[in-house]
Amino acid sequence: MKDYMKSLINDEKRFDGRKLNEFRNVSVTNNVSENAEGSAIVKIGDTEVIAGVKMATTVPYPDSPDDGTLMVTAEFLPMANPDFSAGPPSIQAIELARVIDRGIRESKMVDMKKLCITKGELVWMAFIDLYIINDDGNLIDAAALAAIAALKDAFMPKLDKENKLLHELSSKKLPIIEDRVPLTCTVFKIGKNLFVDPVLAEEKENDARISIGISSEGDINSMQKGGITALTLDEIDQAVELAKKATDDLRKILK
Amino acid sequence: MSKLLVEERNLVIPGQEVATGIDYLPSVGTAREGENIIATRVGLLTLKGRVLKVIPLRGKYIPKVGDTVIGRISDVGMSGWRVNIGWAFVASLRLAEASERFIPRDADLTNYFDVGEYVACKITRTTVSRYIDVTAKGPGLRKLDTGRIIKCDSSKVPRIIGKKGSMISMLKEASDCRIMVGQNGIVWISGQDSDKELLVEKTIRLIEERSHEHGLTDVVSKYLEDNKQNG
Amino acid sequence: MAKAFKRNDGRKVDEMRPMEAKLGVVKSAEGSAMFKAGKTIAIAAVRGPREVVPAHKQRADRGLLRCTYDLLSFSVNDRKRPGPSRRSSEIGMVIENALLPAMDLSDWPYTSVDLYVYITQADAGTRCAGINAAALALADAGIPMKELVSAVAVGKVDGQVIVDIDKHEEDQGEFPTDIPVAMMPNSGKVTLLQLDGKITKDELNSALKLAEKSCKEIQEVQKQAIRAKYVSKEESK
Repeated sequence: MKDYMKSLINDEKRFDGRKLNEFRNVSVTNNVSENAEGSAIVKIGDTEVIAGVKMATTVPYPDSPDDGTLMVTAEFLPMANPDFSAGPPSIQAIELARVIDRGIRESKMVDMKKLCITKGELVWMAFIDLYIINDDGNLIDAAALAAIAALKDAFMPKLDKENKLLHELSSKKLPIIEDRVPLTCTVFKIGKNLFVDPVLAEEKENDARISIGISSEGDINSMQKGGITALTLDEIDQAVELAKKATDDLRKILK
Repeated sequence: MSKLLVEERNLVIPGQEVATGIDYLPSVGTAREGENIIATRVGLLTLKGRVLKVIPLRGKYIPKVGDTVIGRISDVGMSGWRVNIGWAFVASLRLAEASERFIPRDADLTNYFDVGEYVACKITRTTVSRYIDVTAKGPGLRKLDTGRIIKCDSSKVPRIIGKKGSMISMLKEASDCRIMVGQNGIVWISGQDSDKELLVEKTIRLIEERSHEHGLTDVVSKYLEDNKQNG
Repeated sequence: MAKAFKRNDGRKVDEMRPMEAKLGVVKSAEGSAMFKAGKTIAIAAVRGPREVVPAHKQRADRGLLRCTYDLLSFSVNDRKRPGPSRRSSEIGMVIENALLPAMDLSDWPYTSVDLYVYITQADAGTRCAGINAAALALADAGIPMKELVSAVAVGKVDGQVIVDIDKHEEDQGEFPTDIPVAMMPNSGKVTLLQLDGKITKDELNSALKLAEKSCKEIQEVQKQAIRAKYVSKEESK
């Protein structure tokens, strides 16, 4: 019984009858929270994540006086999974936020120069906040997709003459460079087989996982290996192939 | 004059007056409020003699002596095991209740049941729902070491089993799987291959979703028929 | 003579914003619901009864209700720092107290029913929308209750008593007065009452009368949401 999942994956079968490289139904709904500059709900099967973008003005870092900044945070709401508890972010929530933060940052999908208001004095800061509503596995991919969908949905707020933030959005979208937008696919390993998009029951049994952020041009922007089992170079190569195919499909859903 | 205000088998909502007068008696899921009896849970109203009861449509399993349940071993101790049966508190499976065979005092208990393994057991004792004793001795009670485990809402168990076990018999026959339904909503399915087990799981999900409908047996039998041909 | 009072969105003084309610919005929870009043959206989910950790908080005579309330960071105009605040802790507590009078947890000592309420979009009245969603989530989880608790914010704006105050009205005129009220409408009992502002005794009385009438209407919306989950499929056949 304890090896049920292992033997299932070994036979190239899934708990819910899917193929190894097959995602569950994915849906993206934008503009789900009106006070946010941009927002999205992403569902992958029964997994559900809500993301929102808020903009604020701040002083730039001295080493990049004309660059805006961004920050990703994640909260695993205790209602999403009986194992989550209220309080400060768990290590899982911190890892998830940081993996997604790096994917967005390193892809340079947000044109940071355009987020400069006054060089050396005032720049925009984008807060991308993620909340896990229901956990049925594969949170990183769902959260990463939600973050991207919310960013693409976001409009810049208006500023008054003194550059004070007004609670009103302009008709200008956040400066996104479409070709660079990364999507994330996490490839999981049980036994000798690799697969994507686990349900919670499969995820609990995984030996290793690797999250891969890939731009629409096919460049890899971020990677994070998880779990305590090692991967071979060949497996990493296979994982990148799986992730490429999966992110291509996700990109079609995102539009 | 006493009067029933809601027809039997109809949906009731907490606070809803279901009967008036002193001739009716409230039991599970109902309460007396002055002259009236009100529902206190979402469910279907039933009347047995003069006693009113609400059959819940959802809710956590609450342990009852005599229930056969399926649990997951959560801890192995010196003189027995802890079993998670889906209630707020874990149950105790004592050494003497674990097997028909004699287990020596110095035996390695993980050879009998290890953490993470599932066991079909029966509840023998409870006190204020906090201390629960179970036994794995008795017909059908044992370790479940093949197949898949799925979790259902315990209120759906009567529908999954069906009248006199009719639904479960139909499922077993169509799938060739061995199936055991714990009163706590944990279901064990074990068959020749995982596709058959998956068919049983999907059928049970269908029963769960449509459990409050009439003519469920026909729906299920058609579903099994359709999917057998595909498979 | 006072000029006729006009509401920003054209509602009558005793008219609530359009409401929507839905059960089962958090798949893995024992019970869950969404409640929407105008632009305010609350989701609530229930887990339990489950063992109270830490154990010293367990009670031998009854189970506990423990509520967590929070605004999502982007649900408000100025981003709210993620995580609990003094405000959210207090509101969690008053939501607990608003629901407990309708509940009986004496059958489940040592346990807790954990209730989570989150506001995904805020336009005032968030604790009231939260209570309306929470009552539905508890019903969905099969937790026994004497009746569904319903809540609305009444108040006084520019000298006029009105119901279901929105964000615009909350900041309107001198001494805007906000009065969140939760009730068990069948028995006419008030389970939550807070007040910020300035109001006379007579005005308060008429505001509470208005709250009572409105809570009855809200309870109908809640009941309809429960029926929709279980009855609609059969009737639509």
